[in-house]
Amino acid sequence: MIRIAARSEVSKNRNIFTRITAIIMALMLSALFIVFLGHDPIKVYLSMLEGSFGSVYRFKETIISTIPLTITSLGILMAFKMKFWNIGAEGQMIMGAFFASYFALSYPDMNRLALLIVMLIAGAIGGGLWALIPAYFKAKYGTNEVLFTLMMNYVALKWITYLQYGPWKDKNALGFPKIPNFTSNAVLPEFLGIHIGWVIALVLTAVVYVFIHYTKKGYEINVIGESENTGAYAGMNVRSIILEAMFIGGALAGIAGMIQASAVSGTLSVEVTGGVGYTAIIVTWLSGLSAPLIVVVSFLFAILIQGGSYIQTAFQIPQSAAQILQGMILLFVLGSEFFVKYQIIFKNNRVKKEGM
Amino acid sequence: MAIIVFLNAAVQAGTPLLFATLGEIITEKVGNLNLGVEGLMLMGAVAGFKIGLLTSNPYMALLGAATAGAFGGLIFAFLTVSLKANQVVTGLSLTILGTGLSGFAGKSLMGQIVPVEVGSFFKAFEIPGLSDIPILGKILFNQNVFIYLGYITAILLGIYMYRTRWGLNMRVVGENPSAADASGININLYKYVHILFGSALCGLGGAYLSLVYVPAWQENVTAGRGWIAVALVIFSTWNPNKAILGAYFFGGLDIIGFRLQKFDLSISQYIVDMFPYLATIIVLIIISLRKSRENMPPEGLSNPYFREER
Repeated sequence: MIRIAARSEVSKNRNIFTRITAIIMALMLSALFIVFLGHDPIKVYLSMLEGSFGSVYRFKETIISTIPLTITSLGILMAFKMKFWNIGAEGQMIMGAFFASYFALSYPDMNRLALLIVMLIAGAIGGGLWALIPAYFKAKYGTNEVLFTLMMNYVALKWITYLQYGPWKDKNALGFPKIPNFTSNAVLPEFLGIHIGWVIALVLTAVVYVFIHYTKKGYEINVIGESENTGAYAGMNVRSIILEAMFIGGALAGIAGMIQASAVSGTLSVEVTGGVGYTAIIVTWLSGLSAPLIVVVSFLFAILIQGGSYIQTAFQIPQSAAQILQGMILLFVLGSEFFVKYQIIFKNNRVKKEGM
Repeated sequence: MAIIVFLNAAVQAGTPLLFATLGEIITEKVGNLNLGVEGLMLMGAVAGFKIGLLTSNPYMALLGAATAGAFGGLIFAFLTVSLKANQVVTGLSLTILGTGLSGFAGKSLMGQIVPVEVGSFFKAFEIPGLSDIPILGKILFNQNVFIYLGYITAILLGIYMYRTRWGLNMRVVGENPSAADASGININLYKYVHILFGSALCGLGGAYLSLVYVPAWQENVTAGRGWIAVALVIFSTWNPNKAILGAYFFGGLDIIGFRLQKFDLSISQYIVDMFPYLATIIVLIIISLRKSRENMPPEGLSNPYFREER
């Protein structure tokens, strides 16, 4: 007879050990998959590292993909802390990019520093407002936020498609549906060879960490995440806290959108997010809702993305294989949490610890 | 007559949504929120198409699609039922895995067409008698066999859920797992069986797209329909009969942009493309506004059941 029992306490070491074991198991299963494709998994894994670290250029590319993942995940963290399942970071990024692009396209000759600051603020407001809509209905009427935020992604995407094919279409692009490129004034400068977004990402990580752990608002967000009733009983204004935290979370995603439009694509397009809004959900979950760990996990994911596109050319392994790898790692880590929280007990009362 | 043609097309466009919605209703009724519908549909779409291509046998194609969906459902059930993982994140990762797997398996299928045997099996035909009903006959009973299968599944599911002992047990599992456990219902068995069956239906919904509706393999052939299906579950308040209406309504929204072009309206197609998503949002809000008992999600939805925490 097998019985499952909850562990009374969950140690941090056990948590980390379990997650790492899960990732190793996912990599081993993926290795089987790679063998099935007719390649040597060790070679493929090594060349994934090669693809993300092999040259200064590739290393820079890896950092550049880490930046939006980190910032967007910080935004999702704010929501997940309150058990608000924000799936809408993709749309929040898009709207941030849209608001910022409005200023980039309308005032191309404005002083560079002033324009960039305006764009940054506009991006934050755009993302924040987009997050505020589902947050308002959740706080007021309990509307399901998972589906609401998700639908908002599609609305945002269709909106940009409309602009790109309609009113904002570049008249000089010979009929090709694209939005005009930004002037150099609207492009973020470089710092130490990589666009300055990495500095912004690190600063925001520190800010979010301090906000969550050392401010009253951050404390209230934690309490609401544990139990809304406890928060209400303690006299907190649960609704306004949800709204504020969601605005900040959306604003972070909006900033990430602004950075991508300004520094990476140099314009607004339907591909401005590159799916970062969805990957960031996973990053946030894998980091266990910890701001510093988000940076680490984002970096690991950037390796997976860069390495994934490198093996595509090196081994003719399609991009979707990297997606399969991502999905498997995530499912293994999700499954492994069981072994952190529960233990399996056999009838003779000898506690058997599962090795996973 | 244009309106009849339009409604006939709306039923065709709504059928993949109907299958996926029914699948998700079953899954949610046993208390599990599976956000991986998009991934399940893609897995079904690619499996159905590939097997249809290999065997030229429509039955094998459907069986393959259902099996692929059920396989995805098995992963979801193992993680959320046995290992009590977070359902929201598990569903999302299942979508990523499904998108990856389908993109990978479908790589070689691009540009291929459905074999004649399969194509002719899914040709529209009139049902004698029923197709003579004025208006409705032309809309509902001049369709292909897949669409008829959709009606039958929805109706049978309604009977199963509300008229049989197993259906009652299944609803108890979703509403109040502790009570179900206490009365001797095997919770895990009920959850596994229904999640697997529901996921198989999602797989069939995907196969309808690649085998009949498009009919070809394109990457991400589902184009977000899996997500709309999740929302349609709420729209139909977990009732299979209402799911029929909801699915065809959204099917109509899906094709309206395309149809409107004929009328030379000044509204952009890209704005019209937003309608299904906006409609879903409006439905979500309306449902949360009027919180009647029967419109609420199953009590135990998205909470893992753990006997010792009763």
